[in-house]
Amino acid sequence: MSEEHTHHPNYVKIWAILVFLLVISVTGPMIGIKWVTLFTAFGIAIVKAYLVVVNFMHIGATRRFVPYLVATCLLFMLLFFAGVAPDVMKATGKNWSKPAWVEAQAQAGAEGGHGH
Amino acid sequence: MRPVANTRSATGIPTARLAVWWLIASEIVIFGGLLASYIMHRLAHDAWSQQAAYTNTWIGAFNTLVLLSSSLSAVLGHKAADEGNGQKAAKMLYFTMLGGVTFLVVKAFEWTSEIQHGFTITSNTFWSFYYSAAGLHAMHVLAGVIVMGIVAATAKKNEELHRVELIGLYWHFVDVVWIFLFPLLYIAK
Repeated sequence: MSEEHTHHPNYVKIWAILVFLLVISVTGPMIGIKWVTLFTAFGIAIVKAYLVVVNFMHIGATRRFVPYLVATCLLFMLLFFAGVAPDVMKATGKNWSKPAWVEAQAQAGAEGGHGH
Repeated sequence: MRPVANTRSATGIPTARLAVWWLIASEIVIFGGLLASYIMHRLAHDAWSQQAAYTNTWIGAFNTLVLLSSSLSAVLGHKAADEGNGQKAAKMLYFTMLGGVTFLVVKAFEWTSEIQHGFTITSNTFWSFYYSAAGLHAMHVLAGVIVMGIVAATAKKNEELHRVELIGLYWHFVDVVWIFLFPLLYIAK
């Protein structure tokens, strides 16, 4: 019992699109506008990854089991992020704080810095 | 007699291919955890952008081009294997290996330069993440190149051609990981 034969699209054309997107992702941030940087760097990374997974890895041509498997792993990654990020990204919480971080922030503020 | 992995297919997917997808699923969790940790720390520490400014965007972009091109040769190898052309499949895998080796050589020069400028894995948390993520990825590239050499040797004899697709799947995943590492480590400054 084997799967259907793999359909092979025009791979060179897909590669050319990927290279074009790479050029945009490098030149976009040079404009210096934050939202353009975010879009060109990370938005395009998602598009590039999608093109590779769909056209080179043929995820759409495999049984549904595989996309579900991959989606489940990505979901766990998001769950991990949602669970841990508040502890990492905040200096204080309901019953906890990070004295060293708070102190560093205060020091940076006193020195006129903007960073954390 | 062909190995069980080629013929048995309880899920409708040949077991060997299913095994590679399981491997990729576990790798998603490994790299996903690492990248998610990096992102949350990066968002919490604006000062990391000053450190990221020292990474060379052009070197990162060149290596991205190398990996994208090696993915093209890997998938062309898969196509050749599907057509029963083991010689061509092996040739394409050799091109892919060349891409992998080029990537690693560029990385070696890049890291040497960074270390000589005082940016080591213990310099600060940004560089710890940088070397951990890029280093783990580079080890995957190295493993891929070695396995690809073995697969190419059998493909050249027109044997076990299904393996060309399997090593290709792994290689494309390594490419996808780099597609995300590139903006995170080289562009977000």
